[in-house]
Amino acid sequence: MAAISREEVAHLARLSRLAVTEDELDRFAGQLDVILQSVAHIGDVAADDIPPTSHSVPLTNVYRDDVPVPSLTQEEALSGAPDAYEGRFRVPQILAEED
Amino acid sequence: MSDLTKMSAAQLAKAIADKQTSAVEVATAHLDRIDAVDDRVHAFLHVDREGALAAAARVDAGEVTGPLAGVPVAVKDVIATKGVPTTAASKILEGWRPPYDATLVERLRAAGTVMLGKTNMDEFAMGSSTEYSAYGPTNNPWDLGRIPGGSGGGSAAALAAYEAPLAIGTDTGGSIRQPGAVTGTVGAKPTYGGTSRYGLIAFSSSLDTPGPCARNVEDAALLHSVIAGHDPRDSTSIPQPVPDVVGAARLGATGDLSGVKLGVVKEFAGDGSEPGVVSAFHESLEALVKLGAEIVEVSCPHFQYALPAYYLIAPSEASSNLARFDGVRYGLRTGDDGSRSLEEVMSLTRDAGFGPEVKRRIILGTYALSSGYYDAYYGQAQKVRTLITRDFEAAWQSVDVLVSPTTPFVAFPFGSRTSDPYQMYLADLFTIPTNLYGGPAISVPCGLSEGLPVGFQIMAPTMADDRMYRVAAALESTVGTLTPPTLEATA
Repeated sequence: MAAISREEVAHLARLSRLAVTEDELDRFAGQLDVILQSVAHIGDVAADDIPPTSHSVPLTNVYRDDVPVPSLTQEEALSGAPDAYEGRFRVPQILAEED
Repeated sequence: MSDLTKMSAAQLAKAIADKQTSAVEVATAHLDRIDAVDDRVHAFLHVDREGALAAAARVDAGEVTGPLAGVPVAVKDVIATKGVPTTAASKILEGWRPPYDATLVERLRAAGTVMLGKTNMDEFAMGSSTEYSAYGPTNNPWDLGRIPGGSGGGSAAALAAYEAPLAIGTDTGGSIRQPGAVTGTVGAKPTYGGTSRYGLIAFSSSLDTPGPCARNVEDAALLHSVIAGHDPRDSTSIPQPVPDVVGAARLGATGDLSGVKLGVVKEFAGDGSEPGVVSAFHESLEALVKLGAEIVEVSCPHFQYALPAYYLIAPSEASSNLARFDGVRYGLRTGDDGSRSLEEVMSLTRDAGFGPEVKRRIILGTYALSSGYYDAYYGQAQKVRTLITRDFEAAWQSVDVLVSPTTPFVAFPFGSRTSDPYQMYLADLFTIPTNLYGGPAISVPCGLSEGLPVGFQIMAPTMADDRMYRVAAALESTVGTLTPPTLEATA
């Protein structure tokens, strides 16, 4: 199993939308390396013919009759939002001006 | 300390129903106890005094009835409670008041319980010590310098400190049973899908299981029977009747285990457990044999891979589940000064809102799911899950339940395992196989080691929750319950 580098942690943090600090990069790289070495022997078991299990119970879609039932009001749905405007979630700009 | 806070849930329900006391008196006694000791224990993140007294008054007025009418309960802060702060012990959800109740909270209310408040935990239920709460750790009532277990340390400590007779936890890798073990209380993980996850703040969706915490087995069964059962709002909820766990607990309490075969997992021996834990476990086995049980050694060769499989599967699911905390729909938003893009604000918000263990697991999960590593890590872990399930199913051919210590060690001092995450993860060594398989398991106090509680774990086949309660109650009938010493001297 490959060791995890500081640069790789930085890349993963970007993918995860986590603005980690330089200190955190150093710390996480070391810690994740220890964890990955500890779990590496998982590759020693389970041959190709073993099917994977994603859930311990079979998943089925949840159907109900198409009858309208009360749901959260718009006000309730927006009640925890950090910013809202005219009944909608307000977000920061998605594209910068130069984009 | 009021006598009312020493009573079991079953005793309280009966005393209230018989009008020997009132629900308001019971709620007040527990709220006063919280006022008296929680600055030392820190089991609660939020106490809902007003809501509790109002709910108790409705019980006293006869407006609400149910099997646990008037009995107080504390709820882990990862469960949505309408209008009552719910943070998952994270800064990213500070101040959030859900606009709805989790299914199990609806059921608690329908059963007449009185919710005292929300209990402390490791942030997003990630941890084994409640040291990763963004609001400070919970202290173990047995020794305030030691951890109360995790992630449900607050729920377990609230019971051990007599702040509540019942509590709700969630168990993803042992987060109900391990805190139960180190605080000398009872914690049960029901069959996955036996209790609804609707309204839980998801950590690892294929593993998360809400369940009961109590000071004795019968109370745990009573609470289990109230919260369990099919929920059409949860696609993983099992549409089958709930086993009669209360009847099973009462049968077990008679102390007869004739014909019951207990499997001891061969591969769990020599795992580095503390000697005191091993002796308490073996003494309990001898006590169960005296009640008529038969001990059978069984081999579960893939259990040794459970811990690594869990620490790939759980973070992978967490990295996906926690993507919803983006500073848009609820909770914290940081850095929105008009000059930054949505992506920058999102990254700054998540950095400010998540603590170190959560960030570590998000990054680990993102790694395990990434192209090039998926087959080696996540895919392989899912195959190991199959092998562990097969080990359990093979064991059920020769035994009724599997037994083990709940944890390899007793409550450790704060800070002693935080520097090495994998050392911390070992706390869940014995509890994790059951989560990967999906079956029920319970931890019952079985004695002391160096003056601290030791837990005895009983694992059962899927939907055979009643079986584990029978054995648990039988063990309790012979070894008794534990009384925490620390706070009594200083309260």
